[in-house]
Amino acid sequence: MASAALPGRRRILARPTAKTGVWGWMTTVDHKKIGIMYGVTAFIFFILGGLEALAIRTQLAVPDGETLSAEVYNQFFTMHGITMIFLVVMPMGVALMNYFIPLMIGARDVAFPRLNAFSYWVFLLGGLFLYSSFFLGGAPDGGWFGYAPLSTELPGNGMTFYSLGLQMLGVASLAGAVNFIITIINMRAPGMTFMRLPVFIWMSLVTSFLLLFAMPIIAVALFELMFDRVYEANFFNPAAGGDPLLWQNLFWLFGHPEVYIMILPAMGIISEVLPTFARKPIFGYAAIVFAGIAIGFMGWGVWAHHMFTSGLGPVANTAFALSTMFIAVPTGIKIFNWIGTLWGGAIRFTTPLLFSIGFVAMFVIGGLSGVTHAIVPHDAQQHDTYYVVAHFHYVLFGGAIFGLFAGTYYWWPKIFGRLLGERLGKAHFWLMLIGFNLAFGPMHVFGLQGMPRRIYKYPSGMGWDFWNLMSTVGAFIIALSFVVFLVNVVLSRRRGEIAGADPWDARTLEWSMPSPPPEYNFAEVPIVKHRDDWWYTKYTETPEGTPTPVHAGGADVDDDDDGHEAQHIHLPDPSYFPLVAALGLPVAAYGVIYENEIVIGAGLLVALLGLFGWTLEPSAEDGH
Amino acid sequence: MKIPTAPRGRKAVALLLAGVAIVASACAEDAPQDALRPEGPFAQKADDLWNLVFPIAVVIFFIVQGLLIYALVRYRHRPGREAAQFHGNTKLEVLLTAIPALILAGIAVPTVRTIFDITNEPTGDVLDVTVVAHQFWWEYRYPDLGIVTANELHIPTGRPVRVRLEGAPVDRVDNSAEVIHSFWVPRLAGKQDVVPGRVNLITLQADEPGTYLGQCAEFCGLAHAEMRLRVIAEDPGNFDEWVQDMKDGAAEPSEALVAEGQKLFAEGQFPNGPPCSACHAVEATYEPENPPAQAGPNLANFANRETFAGAIFKNTAEQLRPWLRNPSEVKEGAKMPAVGLTEEEIDSLIAYLQSLD
Repeated sequence: MASAALPGRRRILARPTAKTGVWGWMTTVDHKKIGIMYGVTAFIFFILGGLEALAIRTQLAVPDGETLSAEVYNQFFTMHGITMIFLVVMPMGVALMNYFIPLMIGARDVAFPRLNAFSYWVFLLGGLFLYSSFFLGGAPDGGWFGYAPLSTELPGNGMTFYSLGLQMLGVASLAGAVNFIITIINMRAPGMTFMRLPVFIWMSLVTSFLLLFAMPIIAVALFELMFDRVYEANFFNPAAGGDPLLWQNLFWLFGHPEVYIMILPAMGIISEVLPTFARKPIFGYAAIVFAGIAIGFMGWGVWAHHMFTSGLGPVANTAFALSTMFIAVPTGIKIFNWIGTLWGGAIRFTTPLLFSIGFVAMFVIGGLSGVTHAIVPHDAQQHDTYYVVAHFHYVLFGGAIFGLFAGTYYWWPKIFGRLLGERLGKAHFWLMLIGFNLAFGPMHVFGLQGMPRRIYKYPSGMGWDFWNLMSTVGAFIIALSFVVFLVNVVLSRRRGEIAGADPWDARTLEWSMPSPPPEYNFAEVPIVKHRDDWWYTKYTETPEGTPTPVHAGGADVDDDDDGHEAQHIHLPDPSYFPLVAALGLPVAAYGVIYENEIVIGAGLLVALLGLFGWTLEPSAEDGH
Repeated sequence: MKIPTAPRGRKAVALLLAGVAIVASACAEDAPQDALRPEGPFAQKADDLWNLVFPIAVVIFFIVQGLLIYALVRYRHRPGREAAQFHGNTKLEVLLTAIPALILAGIAVPTVRTIFDITNEPTGDVLDVTVVAHQFWWEYRYPDLGIVTANELHIPTGRPVRVRLEGAPVDRVDNSAEVIHSFWVPRLAGKQDVVPGRVNLITLQADEPGTYLGQCAEFCGLAHAEMRLRVIAEDPGNFDEWVQDMKDGAAEPSEALVAEGQKLFAEGQFPNGPPCSACHAVEATYEPENPPAQAGPNLANFANRETFAGAIFKNTAEQLRPWLRNPSEVKEGAKMPAVGLTEEEIDSLIAYLQSLD
């Protein structure tokens, strides 16, 4: 069909058409490609954050360490935190959400494919912008939490990079959140009611709402920090009427929902993996979903538990102690329900299952230490010590990272068409589990024995020497386990077992199509009749309640070349404009750093032109 | 697809051994900042709560992990057995919601009680101390006694010490904004932050004489790791003697080297900075309407201090020498300048400092 352009419509740039090669990736609006880019980028940042951790642990392996100066150490621990939170755990969750939300709800893409691409490019550019600081005078060195007045006072550009870089990443997250909310609400296949949604989709929805409300709060805080640093404002300066606690309140109003943003996708993942490998439905679907929603709501009411020693007074401290204790209740429900999912099952110990079990076991430990933080008078001993470092690594590494690895091993065959090796996968799991517990377990002890956080060295004679050394050994074992994973990835790409559509005999819609899926995902939009619809296409229950295969069930798998049907599926076209709009942001940010208004203006102009071109451009060209 | 069956007992034993080893270590070594070994009533109150909650957490840990491991072992895939296809159990859900809620309610009561107990004004023969936190040292003022000192806080045993943590808004060295610090002596009390522009309160009390170590617990910049402190608790009689000693001040120098040091301290001309007296006082007394305003620590009674420079160096000539020569070289981030002292000037100054009795 000839393309019928609107009369008089000019083109500055011809619409990109490449679907392969570098340009294909740079102009893609396909959620699957964007998901892969998010995932690869997150893994590269995981390596960088991990190297920062190894440097830190090397410095702390012995008393009076001399590997790193305080100046360098402070940059490394700051960037380690920023990297792992904003450049690894969050984008890795988004990678899987991006790839699988449309597939699991029966859609062909997300609601706003160009916005999706824009989110990715802003994320990548924000991460590069942050890391460029190492070469431009020094990385942020005021801690990932950036407490004022220290963060406003620290000389150099480091904390200005922090304020701008995180603002950029916030824009990316916010755009992604809007996209996922609308996708999940509006683009479900016929019959996919809310109570038939996979738990992963529910958790993604709650996460996206948390992002929607939390990111603007930190945006305000970062904006004020930028103004204090660059334009001599006084938001956090008590000598001029400001208040350091304003920063803390704003930061933690964001920061606490943020930790649920990091953990809920992983909880969603294991809620898919456990039923698949136990070969039975998730135990207590409604309870798990409502517990997730409850966590989302209650997460807004606990923020000042990060401030128990700031002098809020006994009434406020009591209120937040109570809210913090009770948020353990919905979390407990989920843990019991995951165990209930395994109970009575026929458990196959694949790598994704091992990582999911690791999640449950490690998260229990992290959750219990978290509840002890609610004991305010004792938190006055725990706060700002390695006991807290132990707690959050148990929930974020033992929890979120293990969950994300479960998702990686589980969904890898769907994304790439080949399985990751099981022997190497198990080696990865066991090494990582042992290294992780050796690295972070002892921190509970030497934290309570008085070792504060964020100190670049410690003297001997404090009783901390031996277990700090062991902790460092553990960190290197973790690194080794990650090398094992990388080897697995390389070998799988070359000669991994071909997966087929449904290598795990799983339950949800993404397994009903080829691996990897065609660009349009579903040749025919599915009509959903049950929760775990794909499973019920394959199996029905005998009168005794055991699953029995349906004759010719699973034959809906679209393994044939449906080229002749794909012609009638309309997909959005690739576009330059998300990338153009995204590029404007780091340019403007560098303008702020170097206090050059022309560069700021240029960057904003580029972003504006990108947005303009984007709005004027149709989602798909006529005839596509 | 191959179906692997990995043994789970292995993991359980490994975790158990690791846990035992770690807990055993907590009981073993001597750790001067050990919060698990309180040495005063206020730290004890926090520890009492821990001794209630921690065992409950351990029991819950074993129950939950036990159920998990049991499920993994008992319900491994075996040929001939299919998974039981149940979807949930509402009664169990309600029970497993109610029981944790009740346990938490049980923990909440003593917790809230202790929160208010610890924050109440102490009663009895209370000693008032004001703490001002600087980058990177601690200032202590005794408003009722009219003396000021630094880094080593002397207190009498058996009396509650009401500590007023005053957050100075401005750093007196360079007029930059002061940052948040946190005052922490684990064996005597939990920590509280020193927030610029605010006053926070904490009570501590030592029952036995001794030296209790602490350090700043809120990241405050380059030398955060080296902003330590000591609380020196003494029997009331010894404490009173110390107070008197502080009020009396130092005797006039009797030796030439010491006199030379005194002169340099007060009015020495150095290439890269002012004389010591520009930032450091050697008289401990002050009037309540006129709180000390020097940029650096008060050095009264320096000869009797165990440590210096934020309680990180032993008070010996060997440690003083490199410090005076170039402070930020031995304490990265220290704000005291290297004024360009000659080795002879350092000798005199050390002699003078060690005469400040």
